[in-house]
Amino acid sequence: MESVLGRYRNLIILVGVLFLQVLGLATQVKRGGNNDLESTRLIRIWVVGAITPFERGLIWIENGTGNLWHNYFYLRGVRAENRQLKEQIEQMRIEQVRLSEDAAQAHRLQALLTFKEQFISRTVAAQVIGSSGSDLSRIVYIDKGENAGIKKDMAVITADGIVGKVLVVYSSVAQVLVINDQTSGVGAILEKSRLQGYLKGKADGEIGMVGVMSDEQVAPGERVLTSGGDQIFPKGLPVGTVTKVANGKDLFLNISVKPAADLNKLEEVLVLVEKQERQTSAEDTGHVRAADILAQRLPSVPDKPATDPKAAGTAPAGSAQQPAASGGPKPAVTGAPPVVKKSASAAGSVATEPKPDSVKPAPAGTSVKPAKPVPAVPQSVPQSAPQSPPPVSPPPGDQTNPH
Amino acid sequence: MPITYTSGEQVEVYRFSIPVTIGVPLLALFLQAFVPLRFPRFAVYFDLPLLVTIFFAMARRNPISGLLTGSVIGLAQDMLGHNPIGIYGIAKTVVGYGASSLGVKLDVENAGARFLVTLGFYLVHSAVYFTVARDLVNMTQTWSWLYGMLAALANSFVGVGLYFVLDKFKQRT
Repeated sequence: MESVLGRYRNLIILVGVLFLQVLGLATQVKRGGNNDLESTRLIRIWVVGAITPFERGLIWIENGTGNLWHNYFYLRGVRAENRQLKEQIEQMRIEQVRLSEDAAQAHRLQALLTFKEQFISRTVAAQVIGSSGSDLSRIVYIDKGENAGIKKDMAVITADGIVGKVLVVYSSVAQVLVINDQTSGVGAILEKSRLQGYLKGKADGEIGMVGVMSDEQVAPGERVLTSGGDQIFPKGLPVGTVTKVANGKDLFLNISVKPAADLNKLEEVLVLVEKQERQTSAEDTGHVRAADILAQRLPSVPDKPATDPKAAGTAPAGSAQQPAASGGPKPAVTGAPPVVKKSASAAGSVATEPKPDSVKPAPAGTSVKPAKPVPAVPQSVPQSAPQSPPPVSPPPGDQTNPH
Repeated sequence: MPITYTSGEQVEVYRFSIPVTIGVPLLALFLQAFVPLRFPRFAVYFDLPLLVTIFFAMARRNPISGLLTGSVIGLAQDMLGHNPIGIYGIAKTVVGYGASSLGVKLDVENAGARFLVTLGFYLVHSAVYFTVARDLVNMTQTWSWLYGMLAALANSFVGVGLYFVLDKFKQRT
């Protein structure tokens, strides 16, 4: 017996070691899900603790060298770039005004639907310091952990799009499951067709959108956004673009998605540490009377200077002039379209019929129906840009037909 | 490309200092986790911990030492990911045992032999990993011979260079 054991000692030890590992594997698989990660947390922390300090150090050296070079030595073309960026800022300001308008309108419509919105209220910037080193475990390590307020299941994004979610948190590092991992899943919606599904990583690192019926029309190039259904990512964050659509099994489409964020070259990411959920209310959007909308659209006629103090005192609230209640002098109107005051104080105000002289005359051929109180018209101009009101999009119920 | 059969008395058995025994696998794990941040395809084609396992197993020429080395390195590699611990562990245990058993029988000191041994063990490692991941863990796996052979060749080339560097740390028993 002893000779047999001695002869096959190596083989017996091999089988023993393999058996122990298979047993451990089976235990983890049986437990399944994230419980497995929690149960093996203590073991994993050894390796993570041994490897990540070196990664962090190397990243620090790399960043330091890079900053020194780029900030003090390699400054060629900075002046031209600065000029270009300033021009870009100007363009973006104009764009911002337009987008604020759209956002306000969307806000109003959400209010009508008693919509619950999630807002990103606080993020923590983190540096990607490592990976799993395996193409079958698509995770990255970030240099922020429990100490920075990171918790499990927090969303991780970049400016371009979503990256993944926090899977395991250690004291100073956290493990992020990237959306192209096989075990990842993200609630998604197609931007134009509004079809909902969920994103799943494939074995080859690609991302597919699952759950869209094959009789639906999905075109390559369509943008994919988060749907908010997973309770991790807030709704509306960019996910990627549809690259390929094919018929799959079980009446569902096989939709390939190219991620918006470059998942292969992640450097800095943002962790959404705080989301605020609030019910949108119509009061947020404010009320503007139809007459004000009309006044903004129609060609204006300069008002007569206010000579009669009585007339000045009875100017309707919300008209082109300052409210009479303020008791201030009537401002001179110089032919420019009157600016509709849409401050927060106007919110919830009851629309009153304007005096006939406050409504500008309609040009010939314009049919103007009697003004009705409009339920909720968006605040068209943000407070940051009050001097240049953008065109107001017609609200539902607006009976005006200027042309 | 001489691959010579040697008796157990003829082959030399090496040992390594403790800093090398611990430091080299740790460095391999570190590079395996860090380099893909700059070169994303690195993790797809290269497996530095596997090369280190093969090197230590062949140099020590002791199957128990080989399988334990493979087991520890593999389990550590598993711990860096989020999949169940043991998939790499099992694959590298088998490779460590095989490489050290082969090291007893063959002269694996020359570049040609090392190239072939690495090529073969890369495929063995991939096959074991594929089987365990698919059949035990129920992970979706796709096997491609083209990718497998390309990765095996790439690892073999890198391995030959790496082994000559690591030879400097060998100590005769």
